[in-house]
Amino acid sequence: MSAITLRNVSKRFGDVVIIPGLDLDIRDGEFVVFVGPSGCGKSTLLRLIAGLEDVSGGAISIDGRDVTETPPARRGLAMVFQSYALYPHMSVGANIAFPLKMAGMDKAQIEKKVQGAAATLNLTDYLHRKPRELSGGQRQRVAIGRAIVREPNGFLFDEPLSNLDAALRVNMRLEISELHQQLKTTMIYVTHDQVEAMTMADKIVVLNRGRVEQVGSPLELYEHPDNLFVAGFIGSPKMNLVTGPFAERNGARTVGIRPEHLLIDRSGGELTGTAGVSEHLGSDTFIHIRLDDGQSLTARAPGEFRLNHGERVGLTPEAGRLHRFDEKGAAIR
Amino acid sequence: MARGISPTRKIGMTVLAWAVGFLIFFPILWTVLTSFKTELDAIAIPPKFLVFDWTTENYAAIQEQRNYFSFLMNSIYLSLGSTALGLLIAIPAAWAMAFSPTKRTKDVLLWMLSTKMMPAVGALVPITILFRNFGLLDSRIGLIVILCLINLPIIVWMLYTYFKEIPGEILEAARMDGASLVKEITQVLTPMALPGIASTILLNVILAWNEAFWTLLLTTTNAAPLSAFIASFSSPQGNFYAKLSAASTLAIAPILIIGWFSQKQLVRGLTFGAVK
Amino acid sequence: MATLHTKSAARAMMAPAVIALFVWMIVPLALTLWFSTLRYSFYGIDTPFVGFENYTYFLTDPRFLSAFQNTLILVLGVLFVTVVGGTLIALLLDQAFFGQSAVRLLVLAPFFVMPTVAALVWKNMMMNPVYGVISQVLAALGLPPVDWLNNYPLLSIIIIVAWQWLPFATLILLTSLQSLSEDQKEAAEMDGAGPLSIFFYITLPHMKRAITVVILIQTIFILSIYAEIFVTTGGGTSSSNLTFFIATLIQLDGDVGTASAGGIVAVILANIVSIFLVRLVGKNLEA
Repeated sequence: MSAITLRNVSKRFGDVVIIPGLDLDIRDGEFVVFVGPSGCGKSTLLRLIAGLEDVSGGAISIDGRDVTETPPARRGLAMVFQSYALYPHMSVGANIAFPLKMAGMDKAQIEKKVQGAAATLNLTDYLHRKPRELSGGQRQRVAIGRAIVREPNGFLFDEPLSNLDAALRVNMRLEISELHQQLKTTMIYVTHDQVEAMTMADKIVVLNRGRVEQVGSPLELYEHPDNLFVAGFIGSPKMNLVTGPFAERNGARTVGIRPEHLLIDRSGGELTGTAGVSEHLGSDTFIHIRLDDGQSLTARAPGEFRLNHGERVGLTPEAGRLHRFDEKGAAIR
Repeated sequence: MARGISPTRKIGMTVLAWAVGFLIFFPILWTVLTSFKTELDAIAIPPKFLVFDWTTENYAAIQEQRNYFSFLMNSIYLSLGSTALGLLIAIPAAWAMAFSPTKRTKDVLLWMLSTKMMPAVGALVPITILFRNFGLLDSRIGLIVILCLINLPIIVWMLYTYFKEIPGEILEAARMDGASLVKEITQVLTPMALPGIASTILLNVILAWNEAFWTLLLTTTNAAPLSAFIASFSSPQGNFYAKLSAASTLAIAPILIIGWFSQKQLVRGLTFGAVK
Repeated sequence: MATLHTKSAARAMMAPAVIALFVWMIVPLALTLWFSTLRYSFYGIDTPFVGFENYTYFLTDPRFLSAFQNTLILVLGVLFVTVVGGTLIALLLDQAFFGQSAVRLLVLAPFFVMPTVAALVWKNMMMNPVYGVISQVLAALGLPPVDWLNNYPLLSIIIIVAWQWLPFATLILLTSLQSLSEDQKEAAEMDGAGPLSIFFYITLPHMKRAITVVILIQTIFILSIYAEIFVTTGGGTSSSNLTFFIATLIQLDGDVGTASAGGIVAVILANIVSIFLVRLVGKNLEA
């Protein structure tokens, strides 16, 4: 069981500062997602926790034990890599057994554990195949199998779904969430996809340029973004950010309104503009609107919503759903 | 080749290409043919191409007369020994350079390449004297070390280019799984790089087998390999052509076959990975 | 991409190779340098210090000049034959014809023939003035036989060495040729380039790197040609290269001092060539 604590952890490569110094507390059994645009340092952070990279400063501890200098194998963590990193010359069974073999476990016990993991992950029929004979999703499961047999104190996932196609990704997302429900082990999951973050996490850590922008539950981040970066990053379609007189009327430099919180009225509203392209998804309609002062907004209407290109519309934000930000981009509460 | 090629052109090219191939291969073909002739047929005028009394007496004679077997064994010892020693030194070095590179890695590699350019005669005098003083002249072990050293840069380079193609994440996975450094190299890296290691072995065996500077200058009988054995045919004038051919055929056959199998990897090895 | 732990491990792993090659490079060189200042012979008793005497002796030896010339002619001659011949054969093998892989094997074969065998086969069965195949062919054409090794020793050795290295050049150049995308040639064709323009403006520039590599590697090996000379002519001013001449000094004359001075001269000359070549290949490897 493990709580992971980072205190003032920093990382430089030569003169390039990736992480300037960061604190983070991960509680035992939590599913934490590191999310951020590429190059934000989220994978580096994960590799620091794994022990695959040395920290340049600060300390990492697991359950109160300082592991800053501990080699990766002795941190009790298992990792699932983006490329799965399966051993191509070993069968699926041997891949899953490898960490147990390295730990010096006896053969009968290894066999039992491998069978158990294979059963959980629907891999029993594939144990004798080589990784190259498997589909992407199966390879992913082998990588997970290799991680769970060790019964680690925590799992680290490095963008594990980015090599899968969209349909499979949704499936694997559910499987990983299900696994977390069963094992109740700490999991740290890195992704650049905010949908993955929102659907899986107990706690999301939004990273930008090596700094933590906000930590919170998916709903907290959605409802109360701390700053413009988080506001723009979480939610799909993106939050509309409006500046100018409308913002000033609300006592802010910038106001944010999520597309789903805009009411469309042909007869007028607090904001007025001209309808552009409408995207009809069936369940929803996304309407792109150009305001009279030139700013663009997206509004989301439930179900089918007909609006002609070029038609005049009025928009009114739902009460209490307005996000206000000051000149530094921080939320005004 | 998106377009169709006219049949006449293809046939013309076929004739030309086969003619060139035949011409280049001819000395080898002639040697093999001569090795099955009697000594008289071997120097017949005009030469006999295929119609002669085929005989294997030369092969029998070679193996009896000139203790051919001990030369053969030396060739095997020297090429396998120097290759094994080379791999032992080169695999860890190539691992380090491929997976834990520093700013200087490239310089180290180029420096290794440059040791290959040191002319052998620059080292000949002291090596001869050291070998004389330490009783290493005409010893297999001394020659194994020398052959290993002259081919070490090639082995390191070749392994390095093969290792570079293995994703580092797999080695990191092994590290996470609790593999020690030795196990990471022996149980994960080596089996994965096996095809590359195999072609490195083949190339090095070829180079060591055919080496004919140090082997000629540092051996007389005990450690002399086949290249020295063949050279001994050059001394008495009025050679026995058929026997010379038989000995030559025996000396080149194994390497020719290995070489033909490893031709693709050869390009990469001999160009230090610059051409693939 | 790694931790301090793996970095220090990496250094330890590289140590044997680096140390072995360093010793291999430095110790013989230092000893050669030292011996080159001594009057040191296998047949003498004392080894007094004589300064540069050995160098003067070596450099003024008429055999040095001829060996130097022979080395140059040998290297340049073989490079010329193999690069030009190799390019032509590579272009031929790149065409569509029946039995491509079989012809490739035939063309490649000489590379695997050990130098002593190559030299002896050519000397006795190809170039012998009486029984050699070449003379027989000339006789059949009504031409007089040629005593290759006696009359044209250096040319004969160039032919033999070029025969051995032609496959290497061909193989490398062919590999490079095949990596040229068909699209590029077709685009040039669309732009109105003829076969010759395509060769000079598209194919040849593409092969530049491969040609550089061929020249580099072959120079390294051809500078130290020994066995071919040993087996065919056995030396002499008309065919000895520097390597052979210096080897003779120690093997036959037992003159350690002069041979060492010669070794140092050879190292200096090779370094001049290699500084140039390593730069070239280093630059090409970056790309």
